[in-house]
Amino acid sequence: MKLYLKIWRQEDRTSYGKLADYTLDNVSEHMSFLEMLDMLNEALVEKGERVVEFDHDCREGICGQCGVMINGRAHGPLSNTTTCQLHMRSFKDGDTIYIEPFRATAFPIIRDLKIDRTSFDRIIAAGGFISASTGQAPEANSIPINHETAEAAFDSAACIGCGACVATCKNSSAALFTSAKVAHLALLPQGKEEARTRVKSMMNQMDSEGFGHCTNTEACEVECPQEISVLNIARMNYEYNKSRILEK
Amino acid sequence: MNAKIPEGKLSEKWSNYKSHAKLVNPANRKKLDIIVVGTGLAGASCAASLAEQGYNVKSFCFQDTPRRAHSVAAQGGVNACKNYKNDGDSVYRMFYDTIKGGDFRSREANVYRLAECSANLIDQAVAQGVPFAREYGGYLNNRSFGGVQVSRTFYARGQTGQQLLLGSYQALMRQVAAGRIQLFSRHEMLELVVIDGKARGIISRDLETGEIERHSAHAVVLATGGYGKIYYLSTLAMGCNGSAIWRAHKKGAYMAGVSWIQVHPTSLPQHGEHQSKLTLMSESLRNDGRIWVPKKQNDTRHPNDIPEEERDYYLERRYPSFGNLAPRDISSRAAKERIDAGHGVGEMKNAVCLDFSKAIREQGKDKIEEKYGNLFRMYEKITGINAYTEPMLISPSAHFTMGGLWVDYELMTTIPGLFALGEANFGDHGANRLGANSLLQACVDGYFIAPYTIPNYLAGELKTGKIDVKDPAFDFAERKVRRQLGDLMHIQGHLSADYFHKTLGKLLYDKCGLSRSKEGLEEAIKEIKMLRERFYKELRIPGDGKVNSELEKAGRVADYLELGELMCYDALTRNESCGAHFREEYQTPDGEALRDDQNFCFVSAWEYKGKDAEEELHKEPLEFTEVELAVRSYK
Repeated sequence: MKLYLKIWRQEDRTSYGKLADYTLDNVSEHMSFLEMLDMLNEALVEKGERVVEFDHDCREGICGQCGVMINGRAHGPLSNTTTCQLHMRSFKDGDTIYIEPFRATAFPIIRDLKIDRTSFDRIIAAGGFISASTGQAPEANSIPINHETAEAAFDSAACIGCGACVATCKNSSAALFTSAKVAHLALLPQGKEEARTRVKSMMNQMDSEGFGHCTNTEACEVECPQEISVLNIARMNYEYNKSRILEK
Repeated sequence: MNAKIPEGKLSEKWSNYKSHAKLVNPANRKKLDIIVVGTGLAGASCAASLAEQGYNVKSFCFQDTPRRAHSVAAQGGVNACKNYKNDGDSVYRMFYDTIKGGDFRSREANVYRLAECSANLIDQAVAQGVPFAREYGGYLNNRSFGGVQVSRTFYARGQTGQQLLLGSYQALMRQVAAGRIQLFSRHEMLELVVIDGKARGIISRDLETGEIERHSAHAVVLATGGYGKIYYLSTLAMGCNGSAIWRAHKKGAYMAGVSWIQVHPTSLPQHGEHQSKLTLMSESLRNDGRIWVPKKQNDTRHPNDIPEEERDYYLERRYPSFGNLAPRDISSRAAKERIDAGHGVGEMKNAVCLDFSKAIREQGKDKIEEKYGNLFRMYEKITGINAYTEPMLISPSAHFTMGGLWVDYELMTTIPGLFALGEANFGDHGANRLGANSLLQACVDGYFIAPYTIPNYLAGELKTGKIDVKDPAFDFAERKVRRQLGDLMHIQGHLSADYFHKTLGKLLYDKCGLSRSKEGLEEAIKEIKMLRERFYKELRIPGDGKVNSELEKAGRVADYLELGELMCYDALTRNESCGAHFREEYQTPDGEALRDDQNFCFVSAWEYKGKDAEEELHKEPLEFTEVELAVRSYK
């Protein structure tokens, strides 16, 4: 198939970017979206032009490094799918495709489609852990956790940190990302000791990074590759309120 | 080369070591700096554990955040001999399975220690909040993996690697917040700095600004993973590379078992020229899926139209006692044998069928969906095929490197002060790794071994004082890095780094892949030399010295073009077949690997001798006191 691409090109954090036009022929429907970009870059190398920079690594939907806006949707036209798992059979001959970076104040653009998501790291560093130093662990089966709780904790823990929730949110809120970690750890008995301080400090960090507030549009859940539920946000608010009440 | 195996009975060696290892006073620890390159399970767990003890740690990764390291992609599980199933498991049993699985080409003492520390790892991970699968009573659940007859695999759905990695990533970030770890993401190590024979730092490149930086330390840890991406098409992430260990090798660290690379039997087949990745489908699928090919050659019928009696369930036929759960090397080779004989299926005739129809008939679709739902969904996303109604098409793909930097019992390389952890070392897996042992080894190295052996080394460094980055060794190393980057940028040919990577990958897959021959390897060595010459004439890197993924790729491919040649030498000098290393000249009449314990019961460790000089082979003999060398049979 033949495609008309409009791709965001931007030199660095401080310069202005713009959409550039490319035409790509002989794209096979079996190719993944990123392989289509590889093909474009291969052609740019031959012409001696700077390639389109984009983030990617595992290409099997788990590392969370890839992610672009495709025709205005985070990770493209399919719901709950990373960009690397999107294949060209989702497009047709003659299509025009707009490709832009995830945009948010807290995700500065590094170059072209590459963004800086270290704000997520700082949210985790603010409390997204259980303080169990190496060597302190008791025998694993001494803390029974019922099947449903373990499964629910897994559902929250499955977040890959790609940032699609932020990119798709009209407020650029990181509530889904932050709440998934808060819920994962608050559900487990091991995580309860620090639950009160954790939720406050992670939410403060989230606000100070410049992410917006959650206004319950629930758009994030639609794009999330791991189908993280917005109910996590409800749990985070519950944990937050609980911690505020208990401190009084 | 001294492996420094402690004295005493096998079961007491690690305890003896720990009792006698030298310690560093807590007040002195903050005077000592440690660099850890790589933030996968081995790197993150090591960095976090050492920082918890009070050392100053600098942690590096090329990804945008440490949480993306490729440990994240491991699906199936992690082994530990907890014997929760009461099915006869023990430290010794696990040790024996791993030694046998590795075709008797690993060190007894290391493997025993791995099994010994496995139980602790599960405790540690649970304490961190890793949501392993649980039974209804609340206790931990297990499943079975290839090459063993007990259930010792702990798992978190099909995302065990991700969950374990998040555990160590969070431990790492906790230390970042505490100010004990300095994090350098989007940084790539480009050179090791050696002063007076000891590892003293690294030169790194900031992948955003392009800045070349100097970092000094009293010890350097490489936990940079495997180099299976050398085949281009593999189950690995696009960024996985061998550059850190290769550059350390050129500074004097020996490389061992270089050609022992595991080819995973169940990945998705190649479908076209532009493909970049062969996605892995977990080995756990072989618990219920049956593998077959059509009995007729070049059968073009749809798999569903091929009647039962015309299907060849070749694993069940050849290995009745392990059947579809035969170890990876054996399953992959058997698939290749059938594909080469013209029985392959799919568009490119390069795949075999993994069929769930019997399991669905017997257990119901719901049960299969509960066990493997995420994998079936992933399969459909990639191929557009619903595997509940027709067989999956799968094919072998390069996966894990058993080889790597040679290390002694303390995980120290031949350069004092340089340690290698996880897949980056030549490890405990011998010539073939068992499923669910790689997460284990990475974690055990990082959480439980390095935190003893690195302080033991550092105890001798207390009087050294701060290492000065103005030392001439840093000047020299930085100049070398700048020259190499400049040389690559100036070639101005017309071909991309990917072109050379793909060409090298194909060449190695054909001649130093699942099966090797003297002739093929000799040809490959010549062809790699030619390809290398072309690389330095015909490569083209457009763009500047800042964010430039073409430049990053070119540096890695340049290293692969040297490492690939050593792989071929390694395979050529081992005149036997063992584990993943299958030399066509050395096989039994029914096509099984034929080991030669008389002449090849050793680890091949290679010493770099300078540009264009042949590397020197050193042999570390493997002595077995606890197990008897046996023919590895799964029939």
